[in-house]
Amino acid sequence: MSGTFVGMPAFPEAAHEAVNNRTLRGNLRHATHTIRAKREKAVSEVSDWAELREAGKQIKDHTLRHLDRYLVQLEESVVAAGGTVHWAADADEANEIVTKLVQMTGESEVVKVKSMATQEIGLNEALEAEGIRAYETDLAELIVQLGKDRPSHILVPAIHRNRGEIRDIFAREMSEWGRPAPEGLTDTPAELAEAARLHLREKFLRAKVGISGANFMVADTGTLVVVESEGNGRMCLTLPETLISVVGIEKIVPTWQDLEVFLQTLPRSSTAERMNPYTSTWTGTRDGRAGEGDGPQNFHLVLLDNGRSDTLADEVGRQALRCIRCSACLNVCPVYERAGGHAYGSVYPGPIGAILSPQLRGTASEIDASLPYASSLCGACYEVCPVAIDIPEVLVHLRERIVEGGPVVREGNKVVLKPAKGHAAERAAMRAARWAFAHPGALRTGQRLASRTRRLHPRSLPGPGKAWSGTRDLPAVPAEPFRDWWQRTNGGKESGK
Amino acid sequence: MRVALFLTCVNDTLYPDTGRAVVKLLTRLGVDVDFPMSQTCCGQAHYNTGYRHEAEPLARHFSDVFRDYEAIVTPSGSCGAMVRELYPRMGERARAEGRGESLATTLAPVVPKTYELTEFLVDVLGVTDVGAHYPHTVTYHPTCHGLRGLGLGDRPRRLLQAVKGLELKELPGADECCGFGGTFALKNADVSAAMGADKVRNAESTGAEVLCAADNSCLMHIGGTMGRLESGMRPVHIAEILASTEEEPAV
Ligand code: SF4
Repeated sequence: MSGTFVGMPAFPEAAHEAVNNRTLRGNLRHATHTIRAKREKAVSEVSDWAELREAGKQIKDHTLRHLDRYLVQLEESVVAAGGTVHWAADADEANEIVTKLVQMTGESEVVKVKSMATQEIGLNEALEAEGIRAYETDLAELIVQLGKDRPSHILVPAIHRNRGEIRDIFAREMSEWGRPAPEGLTDTPAELAEAARLHLREKFLRAKVGISGANFMVADTGTLVVVESEGNGRMCLTLPETLISVVGIEKIVPTWQDLEVFLQTLPRSSTAERMNPYTSTWTGTRDGRAGEGDGPQNFHLVLLDNGRSDTLADEVGRQALRCIRCSACLNVCPVYERAGGHAYGSVYPGPIGAILSPQLRGTASEIDASLPYASSLCGACYEVCPVAIDIPEVLVHLRERIVEGGPVVREGNKVVLKPAKGHAAERAAMRAARWAFAHPGALRTGQRLASRTRRLHPRSLPGPGKAWSGTRDLPAVPAEPFRDWWQRTNGGKESGK
Repeated sequence: MRVALFLTCVNDTLYPDTGRAVVKLLTRLGVDVDFPMSQTCCGQAHYNTGYRHEAEPLARHFSDVFRDYEAIVTPSGSCGAMVRELYPRMGERARAEGRGESLATTLAPVVPKTYELTEFLVDVLGVTDVGAHYPHTVTYHPTCHGLRGLGLGDRPRRLLQAVKGLELKELPGADECCGFGGTFALKNADVSAAMGADKVRNAESTGAEVLCAADNSCLMHIGGTMGRLESGMRPVHIAEILASTEEEPAV
């Protein structure tokens, strides 16, 4: 995955700052609670939501199980429609392919429609290194790009910014990238939107190369699909002569009929809309399809693996590849709400990020090893997920991989991971607890000891327990554990309350 | 009906009053309660922290202790969910790893017989009015594993509504996690504490004297936060409210 977030501290440290940032917490709380309530309403309108959810899960599982077959079918369909297909095993390879493709056009500017795949691989930075400027055209992405910032939400990448900050960023940075912000720009949404529109229009009309991602790829016809709210993507997809789409291999659906399920569940889960304002589909090139005179002259599809095949090899973890990036799990997650998107150290934040990133990137870095613990396992994410990804199950599974090690597939090879360092004390404690629990006598002795010495127990703890007692009082140890009372009173039948 | 009380290690060691309340309540309703002394822990903390292999012997032990009872009742939504939801999953995983049928077969008998307390009262005994008296204002926090794991639904609320003298206040943001999450509270202390503080603030906004839940682990976290925030509220386990009578009132 991208180098963008490399060197991130572990989740708890990264979250510390966010938790103490009152403005950020206020923003996040307001934004997530609003969309949460709307989503609930939009979902409750559909009488067969449970069936749609199950259908989405089944379609994705079926496709993933036969991914090899559907990918070949997709390639054939794309080629038949005049497009070219490229296969990229990892981020470097994908960046190299795209850079070469742009260079072949002789252009040094490209317009982009919001694409998480290209952010995952750090494409903008790779292009810049070769002297190619990539302009983000999604409003929120534009804010992130102008602010030299990182996205913090799947759907609302600038969720951490408020209007005043956006105004300042526009006024300061737009001239650097193209048409400057109008004089005396205020922070009203209408003025901000107009400034962005004028700035972007110039880009759209000039650009010869567009780069996109896709929400779905239909294997049957070789069609790609983007679902969006603003319509900027549509401009990127229709105006340029060359279109390059970078898409993760898991985005495939077999047929248009399958697509229909997701076109119902995605908008309701993400923006709480019954139908999203813009659904764009594109197939091949304008010359590749007889009798249809629109679309780009050249179309390239870059199919991105970058850890996806390895993820697919994991029986429990592979369900993460069902994700349709609706962001419902972020909006409902109490941890995301407080920690903010940046703490997850990836373009995929929130609950899905906590299971996807450590699978795509492996668990070697500090941040990736901490992500599976960034959850209280409350299960709210699973409940809202439109493709029923059991995120808590995968989190626990990844925790096991981190503390106990075990077999995984990395870069296509089977390897056995060693338990992660730094968990030795915990492992010892867990084993000791297991031993005591397997020997009720020992447990009882411990309980009695705790009861006898209870007046000596501190109400705050040293060592790792400090984090607990820093913000919460510890319960007092009772005079007598339950089992002693039971025995002494014969289950409460004899006196001695 | 002879049932076994599975008290959970937290209740046994730190909250024995909850166990006494369950015994008193079930006995009053005509249930013959036994407490198998060799019980220990369901293994949830191990399992959820990633020590599935350490949890397996505890699950086997649980099954050995409880398999011959008609029903197993526990005053903990999360330990109940561990047995009902996760034991079958542990069995499946062991099978997938080629370790044969034995774990799945060992655990199978206890899975359908394990009930969280409020479930047992409403579904098995068929009562919602348990004859309790508790003259206080109460707000109810549905803990995550009870709510989403076991699907307790409105059973606890129905039981509370039938308690004489009790005034039930709706808790804003009731479905949101309190931030305990076992080892999460230690590993992500900042986020956990922030979640706990918000839960306490929401509870305080109801004006209730008592916050009640069906899980002492969550109550330990919420109560600890209440103490630190010098809130006037008290955390009380639902079993203690349901066991309370005019003659023998709980505080
Ligand atoms: S995991 Fe589920 S809820 Fe979260 S973004 Fe993906 S599809 Fe949406």
